[in-house]
Amino acid sequence: MTQETMLAEAQPTTSTKPFKGTGSHYLLNALIEEGVKTIFGYPGGAIMPIYDALVDFSGKLEHILVRHEQGGIHAAQGFARASGEVGVVFATSGPGATNLVTGLADAQIDSTPLICITGQVFAHLLGTDAFQETDVINITTPVTKWNYQITDAKEIPEVLAKAFHVARSGRPGPVLIDITKNAQLQIEEFPEYIKCNHIRSYRPKPKVRLSFIEDAAALINSAKKPFVLFGQGVILGKAEEEFKAFIEKAGLPAAWTIMGEGAIPTNHPLNVGMLGMHGNYGPNVLTNECDVLIAIGMRFDDRVTGRLDKYAKQAKVVHLDIDPAEIDKNVKAEVGVWGDCKETLPLLTNLVHQNRHEDWVAKFRSYNQEEIEQVVNAELYPQGDEMTMGEVLRNINEICKGEAVIVTDVGQHQMVACRYAKFNHTRSNITSGGLGTMGFGLPAAIGAKYGATDKTVIAIIGDGGFQMTLQELGTIMQYGAAVKILILNNRFLGMVRQWQQLFHDKRYSFVNITSPDFVALAKAYYIDGQRVDQRENLKQALETMINHEGSYLLEVMVGKENNVFPMVPQGCSVSEIRLK
Amino acid sequence: MQDSLLHQPVPFDYEGKQEFNIIVYAENRIGLLNRIAIIFSKRKINIESLNTSPSEIDGIHRFNIVITESYEVVRKLARQIEKQVEVLKVYYVTNDEVIWQELALYKVSTDEITEKVTVERLLRQYGATAVVIRKDYTVFAVTGHKEETDALVKALEPYQLIEFVRSARVAIIKDSAGFHEKLKEFEAFEPGDELVENEFLNKGEKVFTM
Repeated sequence: MTQETMLAEAQPTTSTKPFKGTGSHYLLNALIEEGVKTIFGYPGGAIMPIYDALVDFSGKLEHILVRHEQGGIHAAQGFARASGEVGVVFATSGPGATNLVTGLADAQIDSTPLICITGQVFAHLLGTDAFQETDVINITTPVTKWNYQITDAKEIPEVLAKAFHVARSGRPGPVLIDITKNAQLQIEEFPEYIKCNHIRSYRPKPKVRLSFIEDAAALINSAKKPFVLFGQGVILGKAEEEFKAFIEKAGLPAAWTIMGEGAIPTNHPLNVGMLGMHGNYGPNVLTNECDVLIAIGMRFDDRVTGRLDKYAKQAKVVHLDIDPAEIDKNVKAEVGVWGDCKETLPLLTNLVHQNRHEDWVAKFRSYNQEEIEQVVNAELYPQGDEMTMGEVLRNINEICKGEAVIVTDVGQHQMVACRYAKFNHTRSNITSGGLGTMGFGLPAAIGAKYGATDKTVIAIIGDGGFQMTLQELGTIMQYGAAVKILILNNRFLGMVRQWQQLFHDKRYSFVNITSPDFVALAKAYYIDGQRVDQRENLKQALETMINHEGSYLLEVMVGKENNVFPMVPQGCSVSEIRLK
Repeated sequence: MQDSLLHQPVPFDYEGKQEFNIIVYAENRIGLLNRIAIIFSKRKINIESLNTSPSEIDGIHRFNIVITESYEVVRKLARQIEKQVEVLKVYYVTNDEVIWQELALYKVSTDEITEKVTVERLLRQYGATAVVIRKDYTVFAVTGHKEETDALVKALEPYQLIEFVRSARVAIIKDSAGFHEKLKEFEAFEPGDELVENEFLNKGEKVFTM
């Protein structure tokens, strides 16, 4: 039977009731059943039957044609992070699938729920080195929460249901489903789609045990200097309110990892700032002074802890996490509370005593004052002629008042944005945390705009990172995604340059990067924009960008050799944080 | 995950390296072996022995993995393995807690055996059984620990040991009642008390309830 006649026989139905049709049609039905509305993707030979079926789903499934599969998966990540839903990507076999790998690794380390559907050569060609055949399953095994190759359409209902359950439950993560072309074309009598909510070998959430909540509460109640560290787990668990109630009742100062930023508003009185290498002064120094360290939904990344054998040695650690493998992985916990923080936090809040810890919280404020005087003022209100990244962020804060979604790329601008951007709402800070993927920003911002359509989405990107995925300007052009692109151009690969300056005797090695005329480039894609190199034009230009209908590119020329401080040098303890 | 080391005489060496048996109950799925193997190779840890086989339960596979590492490393590895979607349960135990065997095959010249009584005595001493006897060679099998099968290799060296092979280790946990009861809990929607995966929770109890 030819492909044509097989497709002709298929019943292009978008019903989820039992029907006879192709695997492709069933797959798209399943996506709809799982609540998918938006797909980011790029067609190719081995996924053509699915793309063919997509024609029958116009109006029900919106497919965004990206310019590169890496852009597609980062867009899906941005979508998932902004919306809290599963991001969906389509790619073809071979190069299409291998182009997903960076995004998968990023989503895996940052726990982003994704479903990637990749086409694969016909099952009978597997292992023959067929055209565009790659062993996608084995390539992606280390960077997926789960993956599976479908070679028979009969597997589609069960595997798709399982894929969504795995991707979104427990500690979320990326799932890749590789589907051979014959399975996409195969006509079957399919059953009604049934969502999966249980897999016997998979426990998304460990059972919560009260005794450990009690132990944790006892430690917190006895603490004189308790300190909370929170990560993205609070956001992924949709436990922002529960978290706020917890810290407010016990009067606990709380600092965030960059993945946790925005879970409580920046201006919350108990929000004491950012942890880690370029985090705030107080949270880093006082990590080594607190008596009880309460870590919630965070994983003690080395960028957060600095030198581990000098990290919070004086403190008793309470660690709440949904993933048992995280507890005791890097930092030994006195009490490990396994479970979904949406469930554990209210239980803990019940048992902790009302407290204020005024003197202790004041200590953070006093360190903060020192940081303001020594670092922040010069960054936000620079006296010199050169513009700083910090003052750009200050202006954004003044204009957006914490309401915008800010997507960043990776490097100095990322650290500055995370340090200084103000957020009123959760899911407003979207950045590549664990993997540090340059090139993440632009495509992720496109996805974020689809995930948060009513929000202003600003992509803050360096001149280096922008050039890694600038082809996605084409996607913005084609779909009119109203992404505000802010390039902070220091004509250097700034973060590497900073390290070379500080730790390699200023031997600058391949950090000098030239750029095209970004504004002209945007114009070539019919995107308006301008370049600003004078401070007096900055605020006006930012307002123009934000108020512009549709996408806009603003390039701001900032100082070439500015450094991000404070900084915990690699191999140093968090308390050895440098202010200059 | 159980903390089997509560059975160990105190003090237990948590830091030093020793042989551990990691026993994994998992779904029988293509690709899972790779998923488990890369957990070791990612950390540049060598797998000394790996055996996959059916378990006492139809459809559930059992991996026996032997590595030499510290308790701390093994505990973290076990949690990473248990985290995999298709893995049901991981146990990690020292050699004291398992009964284990390896199978070794030895091919020797039949002439040598028939002519030299010492070889026969050697084989009897090591509990070898003849699997194949041909004019030109004979194949013996020995089951036992690595030290035993290695010792026979050494002893046979002067008598033309033509070929030698040893299987991966298979191990049975002394204190185990099997996986049938556990599986019921896995199949249940809500995890039961027996299935609490938190080793902290079981402190002070007899943890090895499997």
